[in-house]
Amino acid sequence: MSPETPSFIDRLRASGAVVSVLAIVAAFIVGGILIAATDEKTTSATTYFFARPLDTLAAAWNAAANSYAAMFRGAVFNYDASTFTAMIKPLTETLTYATPLLTASLGVAVAFRAGLFNIGAQGQLILGAMFATWIGFTLDLAWPVHLLLVILGSILGGALWGGLVGWIKARTGAHEVILTIMLNYVALNLLAYLLNTPVLQRPGSTNPVSPQVNGSAMYPELLGDEFRLHLGFLVAVAATALVWWLMNRSTLGFEIKAVGSNRHAARTAGINTFKVTVLAMVIAGALAGMAGAAQVNGTERFLTESVAASIGFDAITVALLGRSNPIGVFFAALLFGAFRAGGVTMQVATGTPIDIVLVVQSLIVLFIAAPPLVRSIFGLGQRKKRKPRTPGRDAAVAATAGGDK
Amino acid sequence: MSTATASATGAVHVMNKRALTLYGLGAAVGLVLFGFLSPGGTASFRLSSSGDAIQLPLLTVPVAAAGWIIAVLLIAGAAYAFWSEKSARRLAGWVPAVFALLFVIGILIWLVGSSRASAISLLSLLTGSLALALPMVYGSLGGVLAERSGVVNIAIEGQLLLGAFAAALGGSLSGSVVGAMVSAAIGGVAVSSLLTLFAVKYRVNQIIVGVVLNVFVSGLTGFLFGTLFSNNSGLNSPPRLPSVAIPGLSEIPILGPLLFDQTALGYLMFVAVGVLWFGLYKTRWGLRVRAVGEHPKAADTVGINVNRTRVLNVLLGGAVAGLGGSFYTLVSVSQFSRDMTAGTGFIALAALIFGRWNPIGAFFASLLFGFATNLQYVLSQAGTDVPSQFLAMLPYVITIFAVAGLVGASRAPAASGQPYVKG
Repeated sequence: MSPETPSFIDRLRASGAVVSVLAIVAAFIVGGILIAATDEKTTSATTYFFARPLDTLAAAWNAAANSYAAMFRGAVFNYDASTFTAMIKPLTETLTYATPLLTASLGVAVAFRAGLFNIGAQGQLILGAMFATWIGFTLDLAWPVHLLLVILGSILGGALWGGLVGWIKARTGAHEVILTIMLNYVALNLLAYLLNTPVLQRPGSTNPVSPQVNGSAMYPELLGDEFRLHLGFLVAVAATALVWWLMNRSTLGFEIKAVGSNRHAARTAGINTFKVTVLAMVIAGALAGMAGAAQVNGTERFLTESVAASIGFDAITVALLGRSNPIGVFFAALLFGAFRAGGVTMQVATGTPIDIVLVVQSLIVLFIAAPPLVRSIFGLGQRKKRKPRTPGRDAAVAATAGGDK
Repeated sequence: MSTATASATGAVHVMNKRALTLYGLGAAVGLVLFGFLSPGGTASFRLSSSGDAIQLPLLTVPVAAAGWIIAVLLIAGAAYAFWSEKSARRLAGWVPAVFALLFVIGILIWLVGSSRASAISLLSLLTGSLALALPMVYGSLGGVLAERSGVVNIAIEGQLLLGAFAAALGGSLSGSVVGAMVSAAIGGVAVSSLLTLFAVKYRVNQIIVGVVLNVFVSGLTGFLFGTLFSNNSGLNSPPRLPSVAIPGLSEIPILGPLLFDQTALGYLMFVAVGVLWFGLYKTRWGLRVRAVGEHPKAADTVGINVNRTRVLNVLLGGAVAGLGGSFYTLVSVSQFSRDMTAGTGFIALAALIFGRWNPIGAFFASLLFGFATNLQYVLSQAGTDVPSQFLAMLPYVITIFAVAGLVGASRAPAASGQPYVKG
């Protein structure tokens, strides 16, 4: 390795993609150790560890491998199934789970780029879902028009909730983390209230459940009745492309990134930071709101208090993993969709609690955020010390969670 | 509290327009709601329970008259605030506190007056509030410690949750409450050490680390709950922490059962608030911590080790928050369950900001949140026409108003959230 021209290995070490892959591997290893350590067969084998240590290792390996194999069967391809439909169903399930996650994460990512930490995707999604449901069961229209109105409604609902945060933030400087956390609770309580009043409650029901939305307000299934995958996925993909265009090709995207990297410099350069802050949160909310329509009008068909599940919080992790880059977010959302779909199967097949998915997901993000840690775990050594730059750059990437552009 | 804030920020407290708007709004709501929209009739409060040595008569308040009096007092308070702003006087620190207290009393009387119950037990309302506030107080104290040294601690929720989990596990293994509380503190410290590892050593954005750590703890404890605890239920049966009544003092009506019949965690909470306030504002240690949080470079120049101070503070904060988590498994419920902290850590975060990064402020803000939450439970039992969801919303809406308005007068430690790179 000559110091002047970095070798291939050197460049590989420095590359972000390698660190990302290694981070995922490391997270799976830690998850596997956890699964193995709590496995009953493993713990019973440890009682005679010193007599036959290989038994313990074999049991540990089996526990982890079985769980991860079940996860793969549930998320990608079910090689145990008898029919072709059942074989490829897991992949479509992954895409179905990824659909609301994708738009919600794009929302978080856009806000990140503006330097705003949007923890409120949960609340924005709930508002979007309320609007989508209400339009879905009260109006009586033909299919494409009705669905279009539903989507617009969900965008409006989310945009209102997100825009409110942007406005208060821009107006008073209140911290958006607190605002979004509080508005999540307000949205949840508002939903609980409306589901107990005639506005959203199913007539004749005493449960907090909305009526079913009309068929004309549903996203049609893409691959027939066997699969849950619906048109909403393609809409989410279109939204990804739109956000990519917005962030990389439009003036507003440039302004958002400028405000995100240095608010004061942006203001000095003549950018209206008030407008940009509000608009970034409006866009973020609109995207999260769309996820609400994907939930109700794509899979669930009616609204309950648990409509948002944990999508809004997962979206933060997805946006971080995708480094707030639309294309990165797209793949990160697919990965998390796979985790969700696979986790359900794993829990049923091997009894491993689905919570392990949360552990692996959070470890991935932590490892990716701290490349030096991953390098030292895998013995890749440190990058050459260029003190003033390297830490600053890593911190800046993590801080705005922006890509390298 | 306000003098402390002034000395902490080094600036003279200047009223701003938003705070004035809030006073005006409070007075207007008071006038319309308590005065014109008064439900009338009477509101009764039970002051003592049947077992008490000293029995107090039922406190019955005519709702309309009390409402008008409070409305007038609120208007007077708002007018006083406007007048001091106009004549450029400094508003005394007790004014906002009394204003808020009057408002809360007004709401209480209004709600009880409009409910269908004949009387509400004031004591159970207050003790319930204190119990709900307890983990919040510990959590926000943990947050104060971290943030004063310049590390944003979003991971309070995770610290509480792992504290609750560790208390259940440690308590079951050791069979003693002391063992449980020590384990809880260690659990909180474990989360803190991850936070410092990533935030201080690797300089990852502190908010990101905090958010992700919450997910991590939720997943980890949920996973262990589903495997370890479901296989051996003996690991999830911690001892209960008993209440200890102080003889004599606990006989005082209302205050006695409220303050002097607590668990060890309850007494420790008051001690912790006082000690932390004294430590942060009256000792050399506190001055150094605040210097590190406000201006790390200056602190470094005079020889304070910035990153070591931060690490120690975050670890200590984790111990405090983790200890608070033990309340869930040792006092309120006797076993651990999935995600049992249910977002309390986030409210603690709001409480610490509402309380202006001051231990005493955080304590009272937590009490307010605990009160609002408990009010909702008590009133839904009493039967009221106000939907319980709106009462549940109240603390969050108040927080939004507070961070948008009142906190404008105060600010976070200047270096909070920024990693320190020497050189």
